[in-house]
Parts: sequence; structure tokens; C-alpha cells
Amino acid sequence: MAGQATLLSAQGIGKRFGGVQALSDVSFTIRQGEIYGLIGPNGAGKTTLFNVLTGIYEPDGGTFTFDGGALVGLKPHQVAERGIARTFQNIRLFANLSALENVMVGRHVRTRAGVWGAIARDRKTRDEEAGIERRALDLLEYVGVASRANDLAKNLPYGFQRRLEIARALATDPKLLALDEPAAGMNATETASLEALLHDIRRDGTTILLIEHDMKLVMGVCDRVLVLDYGRRIAEGPAAQVQKDPAVISAYLGGEIALDLKGA
Amino acid sequence: MHPILDLRHRPAAALVGLALVAIVLVVLPFVLTGIGTFWVRITNLAILFCLLALGLNIVVGFAGLLDLGYIAFYAVGAYTYALLASPHFGLHLPFWVILPIGAAVACFFGVILGAPTLKLRGDYLAIVTLGFGEIIRIFLNNLAQPVNITNGPQGIARIDPFRIGDLSFSTTDSIAGLTFTGPMKYYYLLLVVLIAVIAINLRLQDSRIGRAWEAIREDEVAARAMGINTRNMKLLAFAMGASFGGISGGMFSAIQGFISPESFVLVESIMVLSMVVLGGMGNIWGVVIGAVLLSFAPEILRYTVEPAQRMMFGRTLLDPEVIRMLLFGLALVLMMLFRPAGILPSALRKRELETRRSAG
Repeated sequence: MAGQATLLSAQGIGKRFGGVQALSDVSFTIRQGEIYGLIGPNGAGKTTLFNVLTGIYEPDGGTFTFDGGALVGLKPHQVAERGIARTFQNIRLFANLSALENVMVGRHVRTRAGVWGAIARDRKTRDEEAGIERRALDLLEYVGVASRANDLAKNLPYGFQRRLEIARALATDPKLLALDEPAAGMNATETASLEALLHDIRRDGTTILLIEHDMKLVMGVCDRVLVLDYGRRIAEGPAAQVQKDPAVISAYLGGEIALDLKGA
Repeated sequence: MHPILDLRHRPAAALVGLALVAIVLVVLPFVLTGIGTFWVRITNLAILFCLLALGLNIVVGFAGLLDLGYIAFYAVGAYTYALLASPHFGLHLPFWVILPIGAAVACFFGVILGAPTLKLRGDYLAIVTLGFGEIIRIFLNNLAQPVNITNGPQGIARIDPFRIGDLSFSTTDSIAGLTFTGPMKYYYLLLVVLIAVIAINLRLQDSRIGRAWEAIREDEVAARAMGINTRNMKLLAFAMGASFGGISGGMFSAIQGFISPESFVLVESIMVLSMVVLGGMGNIWGVVIGAVLLSFAPEILRYTVEPAQRMMFGRTLLDPEVIRMLLFGLALVLMMLFRPAGILPSALRKRELETRRSAG
């Protein structure tokens, strides 16, 4: 299913916070069209890797090559413009804007209207604005939040908020969608429909990088998985293979106990 | 869309409502002049405060950047006008040349303030902007030596009124059998400017730029991750807010005919901020209501507190000035207790989704 062209390649990424080596010499490649999992115990450096990738932190060393160009040194908004959109582990929606407006903000980076356009409301701006709204509504429907389009983001149920964050990220027309624990706090039904959504997003041509603790979800959607522990890469490969890796099992359980990753 | 201006669903009601408001606004200065010309002057100052509050609302209400030194931009605009249209330097440029210059100079100062404070938020930003406001005022106070630029604490007097051809805004004229006093002419001019500024604000808020500002207000990290260049957007908010302040300052200069640094003290900044907060941060109509209430309330109290005391006790027990500020403070405290989001909380803009849903 996954294509062969490389979309993102990381080479020797390192990041240190004071005495803590959050990431050391992490390398991996993500191919066009795949769902790439990133797992590891708490504190393994997964979110740090996201933050380094999306320009929130600058890595101490290493390079990211994305879609044929270097990423390191770019500001977060430039990374978004290059085509990487993300969600956050602790949902970061624009709480006092409506669901629809949240997604419309995501179109910012693909639209051009400035102050004069906003004040004059010329034909071009009006067309652009109509396009933004149409696209935002389509995306709300796509993730299943359209029925609550006019509700404030903070008043939405938890599962809707997670989905809304994905819609907002998709609004930036990303080539790579980076999701930080999208299933955290979801019940089994919500997780199942999230899994379906992830398959849809991939089918429609967006590559996904997924941090997730829900192993059932990871095994269900990921083509390949990278395992981090204490900021180091300890395993990489197809999900089924990684879950049998002794290094992975001992990282999670600290011993020789067999891990039932298939879930119930 | 605001319910009283719902042109789409109740066009007749909305048009009648608009016509009524328009008639009241046009007739108002004649009525007020009947009571006393000073009420027209107070109304003019109230409109100036509306303009200021709307400018500050861009910075505080939309972009969420707490600015306690906003009056500095008013001062910059006022002094720009005063220096270019008074005997002080012997310059007498027409107002339509100076107002844009004043806006540009204030805009420049807005960027000067914005650039070093880009990484600050909340309390820290408030402290820096407060300091900035004081610096501007102290500069105006002291730029009389060695070269006399601002004339120091004495201020600048005999500032030119607005003139269009032979029509001066400071004199009383008869036009078509009606008597127009100076303040009345300024009233109509200010009203036109206010309507334009409200329209600009409404359009800005409901645009790509306005959404970007609100996104920054709500969550700066997420806004950045969504591709918003937060540095440029914050500078734009500072610059736009400052230019509105600059324009209001220029008009203030012309209306008063005299300005001094005393008009631009910290209390004025706090007053404008109170208007924004009282009315409802980010809600344009709320901000206008807040500005009107807070401009008129002290004046109305001034003319009612003393007579009321005489009526009740036969003499004045408390100085009107004291009790006025007391009531004013009490009103603000009660307001924050019972309606913390302001008189009109920031409106959720409902969008028309019905047509789409029925279509599929």
C-alpha cells in the first residue's frame, strides 16, 4: 500500500535539555503514503521529536529532509507552510472560536488576503473567504463534526475536540500529518472510528506520523513503527515484527515477560 | 451578524431600525445644544473615546495583547497635529494632510513598541507597555530643551481647527436656515469617522487577518503550528491599533485647540482599557457601548450628585468629585462580579449553514 518515495528523512537528530538527553542520534525515514507509528514508554522523547520536527525546538544536531528540502532552522509557521501539520497531546484548540472558525484558521497558510482585502472586501477576497468556509465545512464533515460547526470549541465533547484538531491540521493541506496521541482518553468506540478516519486520511493521500499508546490502534493502522526509549531508537520495522522485539518488550516491561500487544 | 442588524432575515425591521438610529444621531446635537453646548462637547469626547477604545480593542480584544500604554499613541497623534498646525512652528498644514501623517507616525511608534515585546505576554507585556506610555509622556514634558519641540508642560496652544475651504469647524455658521455651532460640526465629522472605524473593525474581525489575531489570543503555540506568522500578525495588531489612536489624537488636538502632556497620563490609558473590558473584549458593539457609558457616566454624575445631596440633606456633604469616582469604581467592581465578560461578551459568529445542510 505504501509508496516507495521518501517523504521525510531524519538523520542523527539530537536534543538535550540541561542534563537530560531527550533525543540522541535518532534517524528514520517515512515513505510517501504510509502511516508511520512512533511509540515508546513515557518520557522516551516522542513529543520532543514532534517539537523538534515542527520547529518549536531547534535540535542540537542532525537534519530533517522533507519533500526534498531541509527543515532544520525553520520557524513553526514555515514548517506548516512546507506541509507538516500537527495536533497536540493536550488538545490545543482555539477554545473561544467556533469549530468552523478553528478549521478556517487552518486555511490561513494557504490563503493570501491581507488588511486591504479584509477592509475593501473586493471580489478576490470574497471568493477566497467563501472558498475557506466551504473547505472548512467539508473538513468538518470529513471528520464528523459538521453537526456542531457553530459551537465553541471548548463546548464540544472530548472526542469531537480530538477530531476537530485533526480537521484543523488537515485544513493546512499537509503532506505529512503528525498526530500526538489522538486516541488518548478515548473509549473503544471512539478509538475504532478514529482508526477508520486515519485509514480514510491515508487513502486520500496524506502521509501520517502517529504517536500513540493504544497498541491495538498502532497495530491496526501503522505500516511501520519506530520505538524510542530514553531518547534512543531501539527498534524499527513493521508493527508485527517490532512487537516481538526483545528490546521493545524489555523497554516497556523491564523484563522477559511476553507482551500481549494484540489486545483483547 | 448582530441581531438588530439582521438585514437578511428581517430586512424591513432592520431598515426601519437603522433609519431610526440615523435620525436620532442626526438630530442629537440640536437637542443637546438646546440643553447646553457643553453636552455636545462631551458627546464629541465620548466619540473620541469610542475611536480610542476601538483601536485598543484590536490589540487587546482581538490579538489578546494587554496594552496599558495605549494613550501614548493618542498623544503622538495629538502632538503630530499640534506641531504641524499651530503657531508653535508656524506650520499650518490642512487637516487631511496631517491626520494621515499622524496615523503613520503613531503606527511607527506602535511597531517600535511591538517589536521588542513580541515574546512577552500578559502581566509582563502590561508592565512594558505601561512604561512605554510613561516614557512618551515624560518625553513630551521634557522636549522643550535644548531645542523647544513640544513646549514642555506648558503645552501647545492655538492649534488650528479643521478647515475645508472657507468652512471652519470652530465657528458658528448658518447653513440652510439651521445654526451649526463649532462642536456640532465636529460632531458630524466624528460621527462619520466613527462609522467608518466601526465598519473597518467589523470587516477586519471577520476576515483571514481577524481570525489569525483571535487564534493568537486563544493559543499562540497552536496558531504558529497552523502556519500563522505570529510575529507579523502581532506587529500588525500593534500598528493598526496605534494608527487609530493617532487619528483620534489628531482630532482631539483640533477640537481642543490646546494640548499638554497632562492630557495623556496613565489614568487615561486605564480608562480606555476599562471601556474595552466593560463593554466586552473583542465585541465591537460592546466596546462602543462601554466607551459611551464610561465617557458620559462621570459627567452625568457630576451634574446629579450635588443637587441630589442638597435635596436630601439640604447641603453638600461629600465633594461631588469624590463620590463620583466612588460610584464609578463601585460600578466597575459590580460589573466584573456579575458580568465578567463585559456588557456584550465577544459574540460567537453563527454562520449560515442551513442552505448547505438541505443541499446535501
